[in-house]
Amino acid sequence: MSARPDVVITGLGATTPLGGDVPSTWRAALAGTSGARPFDPDWVERYGLPVTFAATIAVSPGEVLSVPEMRRMDPSAQYALVATREAWADAGAPQVDPVRLGAVVSSGIGGIWTTLDAWDTLREKGARRVLPMTVPMLMPNSPVAFVSLELGARAGAHALVSACASGAEAIGYAAEMIRSGRADVVVAGGTEATIHPMPIAAFAASRTLSLRNDDPQGASRPYDVDRDGFVLGEGAGIVVLESAEHAAARGARVYARLAGVGLSADGYHITSPEPSGDGQIRAMTAALADSQVSVADVHHVNAHATSTVVGDLIEARSIQAALRGDADHVRLSATKSMTGHLLGGAGALETIFCVLAVHHRLAPPTINVATPDPELALDLVRDTPRALPDGPVAALNNSFGFGGHNVALVVTSV
Amino acid sequence: MAYTEQEILSGLAEIVSEETGVPVESVLPEKTFTDDLDIDSLSMMTIVTVAEDRFSVTIPDDEVKNLTTVGDAVAFILGAQA
Repeated sequence: MSARPDVVITGLGATTPLGGDVPSTWRAALAGTSGARPFDPDWVERYGLPVTFAATIAVSPGEVLSVPEMRRMDPSAQYALVATREAWADAGAPQVDPVRLGAVVSSGIGGIWTTLDAWDTLREKGARRVLPMTVPMLMPNSPVAFVSLELGARAGAHALVSACASGAEAIGYAAEMIRSGRADVVVAGGTEATIHPMPIAAFAASRTLSLRNDDPQGASRPYDVDRDGFVLGEGAGIVVLESAEHAAARGARVYARLAGVGLSADGYHITSPEPSGDGQIRAMTAALADSQVSVADVHHVNAHATSTVVGDLIEARSIQAALRGDADHVRLSATKSMTGHLLGGAGALETIFCVLAVHHRLAPPTINVATPDPELALDLVRDTPRALPDGPVAALNNSFGFGGHNVALVVTSV
Repeated sequence: MAYTEQEILSGLAEIVSEETGVPVESVLPEKTFTDDLDIDSLSMMTIVTVAEDRFSVTIPDDEVKNLTTVGDAVAFILGAQA
């Protein structure tokens, strides 16, 4: 049996609260910019929302997609398509046999705008006014379906759902498609569009959102002693994964290797992380083992760190355990301090940040940490980017989802 | 208030254009939905649903298959207003 194919990353695309593409998002992240802003005050007045801000997308997809594309897609699919087009062009629009080209794009929630708009229409105007495109727009596989249509990807189109770990799980599954020989190239990532009054009310009801209404840009503060919950974000991140052989044969620019994938479940609680971090540690340990990277080479971790009181510290302790106490050289970044929490898009966007971190040897900052939690024993990159060393560098990206889903990905320099 | 034939044509052209990307000025009465405008059944039902709302008429499913051209649809909507 031949050796397992190496998987490399050759294209990046995103639309986020920080920018309408990867370069603008990365520049804003390095500058320590917050994407949080107040949303429609009418929502607050009409529905009594306890939270009045979110990290809304920086560039409306209507500025880059056609009217028919906007009408036929839920915002979650619109964001995915915008990011896919950027990633595909960034990869050099490779010529790929369609049956060797796959797509794996996840959303944690699905087409919630479409679902709720259709329900409003049904109640206000009756069944005959509900649009025929409603089901293909609201289904959670809609973004990946549109991506596969866009590229003619026929090896497989998948939408794995694991709440806030969905985007990372999609990338992990895409890597497995290449390793198992099902595909040579897979477009993968995550997307989310849930900044709508109902999900905001629902997340607020679960007491997971920051209530720092008087300071939206200072609200997402992972590892700060005064953190009080996450800031809802939206957007998409997409990467082009490719077998190293395929990339080399076409002379593609390679950003990094997708070297390791680790998955586990807590089997503990529907929303709370298991306190010992056992599931998180197993995911990270599995990803590191899969990557065959030594702990000494792990110089950067992009934490899941959503800015919740309990979750941030469990993860920090889990990282130390997974790195077997050898974490002094690790630069820890919590980029949700800037982007907010993109839910199903988060793991994909943060994988892109890891790819750029090892590519440019630069760990992006964590903002809003006025007083680090005294229990945090890791080296947190605060306010300004920090250099990563020369030589082989690995970065670890964690994503954890409601339901106890844990996904860790390892990205290495080339 | 009833819409005139011209108002229905221009309104329908807007709906078709938003659904398909075909320029408004290309949505002419003699154009066929399927062959000229490349509209599939799902898009056709979307256009029917939006047009019913816009012009406050009902276009029965049995009738849709008889609407071969844009002009057919304009004529049906004009008659259905009464």
